[in-house]
Amino acid sequence: MLELFLHLLLLFGLSPLLSGVIGKTKALFAGRTGPPFLQSYYDIWKLFGKGLVISRTTTWVFRAGPVLALAVPVLASLLVPFGAIGAPLSFTGDLIFFVYLFGLSRFFTAAAALDTGSSFEGMGAAREVTFSCLAEPTVFFCFIVLARLSGSLVLSTMFGSVLNTAWQSAGPSLILVVACLFVVVLVENCRIPFDDPNTHLELTMIHEVMVLDHSGPDFGMILYGAAMKLFVLGALVVRLVFPGTTGDVLFDTLLFCGGMLLLAVVIGVVESTMARLRLLRVPQLLVGTMLLSFFSLILLLR
Amino acid sequence: MNFLFAAFFLFGLGALLAVIPGRTGARAATLLGSASGILGCLCGLIAAGQRLLGGGAEAFFMPWSMPGGAFSLRLDELSAFFLLPLFIVGLAGALYGAEYMKDLGKTKKATGPQPELNESQSNNRCNRGFLRFQQYMKGSKERRRPGLHWTWYNLLILSMTLVVTAANGLLFLFAWECMSLTSFFLVISEYDLAEAVEAGWTYLLATHLGAAFLFAFFLSAQALSGSLEFASFQALGQLSLPAASALFLLLLIGFGSKAGIFPFHVWLPDAHPAAPSHVSALMSGVMVKTAIYGLLRLYSFLPTGPAWWGGLLMGIGIIGALFGIAMAALQRDVKRSLAYSTVENIGLILLALGFWMQSRAAGHHVAAAFALAGGLIHLLNHALFKSLLFMGAGSLMHGSGSRDLNRMGGLMRRMPVTGLLIVCGGLAISALPPFNGLIGEWFIYRALLESGTALSGLAGFFPLVLIGLLALVGGMVLIVMTRIIGIALAGEPRSPEAAKAHEAGWPMGSAMAALALLCLGGGLMPALLLQVAGRAATMLDPGAATMLADTAFAPWWLGLMAVLLLGCILAAYGFLRWRQGGDPVPAAATWGCGFAFPTSRMSYTAESYTELPQSAMFCSCMNPSTEDGRTIGFFPEAKCFSFEAPDPVLERVFRPFFRWAADVCSGFRGLQAGQLHVYLLYIFSATILLLFWVGQR
Repeated sequence: MLELFLHLLLLFGLSPLLSGVIGKTKALFAGRTGPPFLQSYYDIWKLFGKGLVISRTTTWVFRAGPVLALAVPVLASLLVPFGAIGAPLSFTGDLIFFVYLFGLSRFFTAAAALDTGSSFEGMGAAREVTFSCLAEPTVFFCFIVLARLSGSLVLSTMFGSVLNTAWQSAGPSLILVVACLFVVVLVENCRIPFDDPNTHLELTMIHEVMVLDHSGPDFGMILYGAAMKLFVLGALVVRLVFPGTTGDVLFDTLLFCGGMLLLAVVIGVVESTMARLRLLRVPQLLVGTMLLSFFSLILLLR
Repeated sequence: MNFLFAAFFLFGLGALLAVIPGRTGARAATLLGSASGILGCLCGLIAAGQRLLGGGAEAFFMPWSMPGGAFSLRLDELSAFFLLPLFIVGLAGALYGAEYMKDLGKTKKATGPQPELNESQSNNRCNRGFLRFQQYMKGSKERRRPGLHWTWYNLLILSMTLVVTAANGLLFLFAWECMSLTSFFLVISEYDLAEAVEAGWTYLLATHLGAAFLFAFFLSAQALSGSLEFASFQALGQLSLPAASALFLLLLIGFGSKAGIFPFHVWLPDAHPAAPSHVSALMSGVMVKTAIYGLLRLYSFLPTGPAWWGGLLMGIGIIGALFGIAMAALQRDVKRSLAYSTVENIGLILLALGFWMQSRAAGHHVAAAFALAGGLIHLLNHALFKSLLFMGAGSLMHGSGSRDLNRMGGLMRRMPVTGLLIVCGGLAISALPPFNGLIGEWFIYRALLESGTALSGLAGFFPLVLIGLLALVGGMVLIVMTRIIGIALAGEPRSPEAAKAHEAGWPMGSAMAALALLCLGGGLMPALLLQVAGRAATMLDPGAATMLADTAFAPWWLGLMAVLLLGCILAAYGFLRWRQGGDPVPAAATWGCGFAFPTSRMSYTAESYTELPQSAMFCSCMNPSTEDGRTIGFFPEAKCFSFEAPDPVLERVFRPFFRWAADVCSGFRGLQAGQLHVYLLYIFSATILLLFWVGQR
């Protein structure tokens, strides 16, 4: 019960902070002051209070996109451990459900984008489904590495205390897994070098262009859902890097929060120092990551 | 068994009665044909349900005058498991067809004559091809006799029931041929369209080439076991490995050509779409599964083979899955796209069953049990959601008068019920929660993970590669389904016909709704699916069946998660409604970056949606052929662009091969002189030769 409470509290309370930290980091690199840390909270709050305009072309599918974009990360968060705080829900084979759950929100985000009838949004949808399709095997390969190391098909155990010993026995594999999962976090959350969350140039962006026609509470839910998705996927990377536990709930929570903020800083650094890739290079990088994750698996197979 | 005979009787009666009213009584023929189909399927469902609940087997034997043959039926759990989707889809199809066939003639009449080509247009090769294509997509105009259709429909279900329950080789082959022929006549329903007839011929050829391998199997099985009765085939269990392997390969090719496994799938994407939509549903959802039934049933008589049998199936399966889904992404004909997706799903089923055989041979019983359960559950699920999608595609055709994705658009607004049901089917086929598609795939993944995480070295390598490829297939299914939904249902109408589209009536709607509810029910109650599959597994692998009956493996967590997901969605929706307040939402135009005159011709098309995946992921041999889209100069004249994605296997392998064969065989044409006395000479000399041969023995 405590786990469930802590999970939801951290997820709902902390997730918008990450984009604030990323923004601050990028501002620091650019020599600007940047928006305040809490800017995302203000944005979401403001959007929830605003009115709504929808396109004449759209149907219920368009409204379903934001609902799924918020509902799916909440449910998915219950399957992953936040640091040393175990997952409230876990069952054998939940890793498969976890991956396909995000497929559901992608399905509706893409369908909602196409529902507007705009070719820009169609472009974004086509890119999103293609890139995610290439990222999915990487996620599975990374999970299999952990499943082999822990001998379990439960996310909570795979990312559990077994990691401590695994870092000693299979360090190289785990380093590759961390790198691959980090790439997955970047591509799934539409960060540079795959997508530029700041541009509003339709030709270069993916996620932003898909939600071009959403407004008011709809858009607020999309932003909130995107923040949560970053939080949930980021939590996997953070757990891999900080596998330790102190046994004290408060201290564990703080360690996890620190880890998440550090992850946000790292994402900010990547975004500041890298340029966005050319669109046709993105699939190549994703296939490369897939091969890398498979290589980490080969290291364990010998 | 009594209910099964009642079903046989009703199907036969329906087939006879439907032709009586003739050309004038179309309505009466439809009523008689579909009503007897529905009643027959209900009786059949009771028979299959009794077997699945009670277990055990029932047999019926009646001598037949055919040498070696007997009218011998056997209804056991495996048969009942395959009868279940047959009767569910058959019932839904009969209900759906009652409206579909009735209105088809009317709507075609209402659209009026096709615009004839004027001289300048027809000079353009590209234009002509395009218009012909368009005409094909719209279907034929002539009003048909529905009576004959219902005869073939009832006979098709009857023969499929016989295939699944036959316990004699000759009866099986007889039913198999009836199934092929009745479905051939259904495929050429629109016989005034050259494409439909060509699809029919390809189908007939492919299915008979496959049947030849089955004849070879049954003849050798009879020679080895002494009888054509399935009961005596137990003797095949003592065969040596090479002999058994040869028989297995015969089975694989013979049934594979019917199931549409790669590379024998070439007829499937042409034939399934050419039939009326509820027949496409029956063919894609159920008929291909009868081949899987035959494979499993006859495999169960062979000795437990070496691991490479399973490995072969897995290899064919995964190649077929990847190829099928990639081709599905390139089709602009919605039914063709769905037909290719059948190739993909058959690949997945084959992959699971192959993994079962391989794991069982290697002694990994847990993985084998999961793989078998995954294959069987996916088989059942695919029957449900694929027939739902085919019927949905039929409703879209019915409403908008076209099969071309690029001529639909905006249909969700005009056909809300059909649209919702297609979205349900799309979610189910993409294996997304809370629908049933996930359950089967979850078991397949579980099986692969089970051995992939336990084994090391090369033995663990292959399952792990397959997991990655399976994930890739899953991602591509999502592309295909969002494409169909996004291009056909969403956005603005892309043609005047689509703008005037109308919703389907209650028979079509309720048939699809029933299938969609079953899909949702399977997702919410996965343990039930597992139980049903476990029943069928008792016939194939008793060890696996007892393992699956263990409650520890029950996937009730997946059902719970589906319920939780629905709860989360409802909560998020409630929150949105609360924030939105009671005021009506103001509507405005879609943001077009300030462009003032957007038209639907500017929206993303089916081809543009898959351009990126095609260039990034697909093998270049699949590249669609495009024709004439280049504009030159500052003031280019009007251009037309055509895009076609023909099957590379058909175009590059089978067509050249058969062309070569036709060339070679044309030398024999002289034999067929058309003169009676020459033919009599042939008969005479053949008789003499036979007499010599008999005398020699």
